Amino acid sequence: MNILNILDEIEKVDGEIYERLSPRRSAMKDFFNVGKKISMAALPLALGSMFQKAYGQTNPSTVNDVLNFALALEYLEYNYYNHALTNSTITFPTTASNAAITTIRAHERAHVDLLKSALQISGADGYVDADFDFTAGGAFGDVFSNYQTFLKVALAFEDTGVRAYKGQAPILKGNAVLTTALQIHSVEARHASHIRQMVAASLGVALKPWISYAANGNDTGISAVDAVYAGEQNTVQAGVEINGLGGASQTQAAESFDEFLTGAAVKTIANQFIKTGKKLA
Amino acid sequence: MTMKNNELETKSELQEKSLFDKAVGRRSFLQYAGAGAAGIALVAAGCSKDRGYDNPTMNGATLDFKTDIGVLNYAYALEQLEAAFYIKVASAPPAAFTAAQKAYFQDVQFHEIAHREFFKKALSTAAIGSLEVDFSSIDFTSASGVLAAAQSFEDLGVSAYNGAGVRITTTDYLVLAGKIVSVEARHAAWVRDQISNGSFADLNSLTALGANNSAGLDGALTPDKVLAIAGKYVKTKINVINL
Repeated sequence: MNILNILDEIEKVDGEIYERLSPRRSAMKDFFNVGKKISMAALPLALGSMFQKAYGQTNPSTVNDVLNFALALEYLEYNYYNHALTNSTITFPTTASNAAITTIRAHERAHVDLLKSALQISGADGYVDADFDFTAGGAFGDVFSNYQTFLKVALAFEDTGVRAYKGQAPILKGNAVLTTALQIHSVEARHASHIRQMVAASLGVALKPWISYAANGNDTGISAVDAVYAGEQNTVQAGVEINGLGGASQTQAAESFDEFLTGAAVKTIANQFIKTGKKLA
Repeated sequence: MTMKNNELETKSELQEKSLFDKAVGRRSFLQYAGAGAAGIALVAAGCSKDRGYDNPTMNGATLDFKTDIGVLNYAYALEQLEAAFYIKVASAPPAAFTAAQKAYFQDVQFHEIAHREFFKKALSTAAIGSLEVDFSSIDFTSASGVLAAAQSFEDLGVSAYNGAGVRITTTDYLVLAGKIVSVEARHAAWVRDQISNGSFADLNSLTALGANNSAGLDGALTPDKVLAIAGKYVKTKINVINL
């Protein structure tokens, strides 16, 4: 796939594409460079930004803001799993548990690279391990020595990630970037589902792969992460009461729809794990 | 109904012609850009090609992707399919299922019914009718057969929502689709782990659905491709227009 071929194809249906992208044709040099630099997987993201510029009604900077926000969360997740796998005294109980975390780490790293590429960030990562405090100020003091504590924080990160992407979707509405964001979003949900099963197995609790009903939304029994699940008890969707609909119980009604978190709520959660000076504003 | 069907096919042909003529307006172009080349494939699986065919029944559902109603009806169609599958499983689970598997299949059944009923209520009079399903290819007595089918439905559902999201113009509907797709992804991961622990997000196995493992991306398919795959489970003729 060649970005210039795509632009050529578009020119056939829209002769003004280059003018829309930039008022000066000389600026096409930028796009040659873009085409060379950007990895293939990041192309939808980059193209989405271009189309946003050419056709969009909203400010392109809002799309980049979303991508930067997502990137920060992916840095958090990647560094967390990487620390656990490379620099901890955690004893993984099985080969499978280690493999699962390795798989998840690879996806988070891929998300970091994809978002960096889309934002045309070359060079070092914006966040490194030393920028994080994964104990959250001591709330999870043995996070890198106790497998169960490690899983609890992973659970919070994955379920937060799912809610975070969902909350940003409206800003990406109608933009090709949305599709890529959704493709990341559902991978995070798959991670969350699996981590929940790991927590259930390790702690011997009846935690389901999906977020179940609890009065305050938090079905995990880990009160330190209440904020992650705030609002998940909701059973009314677009004015339709799901409780009782088609025979669904209150529990099943709450489970059948995940809820979103606002960017502000996600930042508050994430900042508990980010050191002063690097906190999300 | 015959007249209506003919009229719809004519509209499809016009749309097809204009796309080939490249005489597309700005809005169409944006759809084209979002959907890729698949935007040209206007007539999806299940849509009869024999023009003279006289359909005497009220069968047939039309998904008009010109507006959000079409996207919601598309989701409604997929949720009907999933709900019907899980109702059948939950009512007579394979003997080899564990108690935990039976309980979770009950849950998933009610999740899918809730999704189906939600769309039916939200669409109100704009809702398509009930689809007639064909599960003759699934062995409901076999645990592995049921799990494999469940995995197909869930992975396809995730790709369907991921691919359709960009078509949604109403913010509330977009958020709702997002609220549902992550639950489908949780289902998919759990079912996959039942088949093979650790395969919850095996993106390499999902490339046919649009996933990209090296970029950490799940599947995403345009509606025509999703319906082509789902077609074998649906008897009702589904017409797709304005895709």
